Amino acid sequence: MIKLENIRKSYTTGFNTLEVLKGIDLEILEGEFVSIMGSSGSGKSTLLNILGILDAYDQGNYYLGDILVKNLSQTQAARLRNQHLGFVFQSFNLLAFKSAWENVALPLYYQKIPRAERRERALKYLDRVGLLDWADHLPTQLSGGQQQRVAIARSLITQPRMILADEPTGALDSVTSHEIIKLFKEVNEEGITVVLVTHEHDIAEMTNRTIFLKDGLIDLE
Amino acid sequence: MFDLDNWQEIFDTIRRHKLRTFLTALSVWWGIFMLVVLLGSGSGLRNSFEHNFRDDALNSIWVYRGQTSISYQGLPAGRYLQFSNDDYDMLRNEVEGIDKLTGRYYLTGEYVVNYQDKSLSFDVRTVHPDHLFLENTLMTEGRFINDKDIREIRKVCVLGDLIVEDLFEEGADPVGEYVQVKGVEYQVVGVFTDEGGENERRRIYLPITTAQRIDSGTERIHQLMFTVSDPTLEGSKKVEEQVRQHMASLHQFDPKDDQALYINNNLQEYQQFQTVFNMIDGFLWFVGIGSIIAGVIGVSNIMLIVVKERTREIGVRKALGATPRSIIGMILLESVFLTGMAGYIGLLSGFGVVYGINALMKANDVELEFFYNPEVSFGAVIIALIILVVCGALAGLIPALQAAKVQPIEAMKQ
Repeated sequence: MIKLENIRKSYTTGFNTLEVLKGIDLEILEGEFVSIMGSSGSGKSTLLNILGILDAYDQGNYYLGDILVKNLSQTQAARLRNQHLGFVFQSFNLLAFKSAWENVALPLYYQKIPRAERRERALKYLDRVGLLDWADHLPTQLSGGQQQRVAIARSLITQPRMILADEPTGALDSVTSHEIIKLFKEVNEEGITVVLVTHEHDIAEMTNRTIFLKDGLIDLE
Repeated sequence: MFDLDNWQEIFDTIRRHKLRTFLTALSVWWGIFMLVVLLGSGSGLRNSFEHNFRDDALNSIWVYRGQTSISYQGLPAGRYLQFSNDDYDMLRNEVEGIDKLTGRYYLTGEYVVNYQDKSLSFDVRTVHPDHLFLENTLMTEGRFINDKDIREIRKVCVLGDLIVEDLFEEGADPVGEYVQVKGVEYQVVGVFTDEGGENERRRIYLPITTAQRIDSGTERIHQLMFTVSDPTLEGSKKVEEQVRQHMASLHQFDPKDDQALYINNNLQEYQQFQTVFNMIDGFLWFVGIGSIIAGVIGVSNIMLIVVKERTREIGVRKALGATPRSIIGMILLESVFLTGMAGYIGLLSGFGVVYGINALMKANDVELEFFYNPEVSFGAVIIALIILVVCGALAGLIPALQAAKVQPIEAMKQ
């Protein structure tokens, strides 16, 4: 489903060029539950950004299904993200002034779906993550774990092919972390590919496949 | 654009930053308010001048006698010109383009008018029938002086309505009555009113020939006035030039001698005033739009800060599928809304002040020489509204483009 061929990426700051990814070859099949690990600076965040079409790469090819993701305009990239990918962030990134259901419904807003239908679908997914009763609460009225559940509901609402999670448990205690990972596992069991970046081994162990990155290359699997 | 969510976000931003929004809106409000008040004052000034002109026909030319300043064909400089009935006849018969024509013969001093036991003194003006059209004299009863009065040198008079109020009992019909003017009996043939003020309404009109007869049968005329059929300035100047040529040959002065005749072209004067007022208007627009621009720059600055503050939020939106276009739309809408609302309130308060002053002046019968009936035209309002929306969009443009440049990886930053 996902195929990376010799992906290279470097950043230039001033006169220094820092090569972050030095040729990544990777294949992730439909329905896999993958974790990416590595020390800081290993390039795991950059890899996730590229997988999420949030950032461009310098060389190589990235196939998302049968689409070659390369040299896209901002608008094309936005469409692809919106239709095929779901995101879960370490700091949840819910919009503070929107209620839980409005946050969940936000991706549908960019598909120009009418408000009533957005609400209906958002409530369904809030129910799915066990937060139906909190639909009209603002993020500040929710605990960290609840906020991350809202974020997961938001990532699911467009029925994406793949969910990308960047340290989704990084801001949570261990009990909540396990609940969140359990939720990811359930999502994965429904057939959605999940890729998460983590630096916690016990989290990585709960996934089906772990990729270790070191100095911009895949070290071992 | 009219999606509820967009508006919700705008109101939310406004609610979260009340003071900032207020200060921003204040600058735009002030700009539009100033523009409206300035334009209102400009129109007050202009209207006061038009009001002063309302008494006289705009396309009229007044000719006064002068003194020659250039010697001509053996005649010395310094001669005083005299008009007579010949001048009147010449203008009537030989100059093309003159429509209404009248002379004036000045009776010097105030004239005591007697009716029954009352004795009051008023101004007397002695004229030809066309005088009716040169000053906006409005007949309320009877008729004005006519050609027959002139030909037959009749002893008739036309009274201003304030004279009638002074001399006659209320409800009495003055037409047909006889009044004595400086010892001579005249039959009243008409009553008039005049928009030119109370002085004009305390005048007595006599046929010019009758006055000449009383002043020992002279043929003199002191002043000539006429209107021009062609209402353009060009046509009016042409007639003026013709009159000068004809007068020059009749009175034997150099046509280039501009001291021999004083020609007062009302149309030219009016158009000069119009030019001045157009310049004043232009200046007021300049100042007004300047202050709007200052306000708009304020909005732009604030929006730029808003975008900076919301960088992360914009990043998240982009990660979730917001296109650059939708982000630009969001910022622009907010900016147009903010400027539009503030400007609209400014427009209303400006209107309130202009029309409030107008109403107050009318209610208290205040008549200022240089300020009359201030108003703001509908066209100016439409232009102001267009300026507002355009300015709002311009104010939002730079911040919006800035917002469009925010990268979606902002969402990933911790």
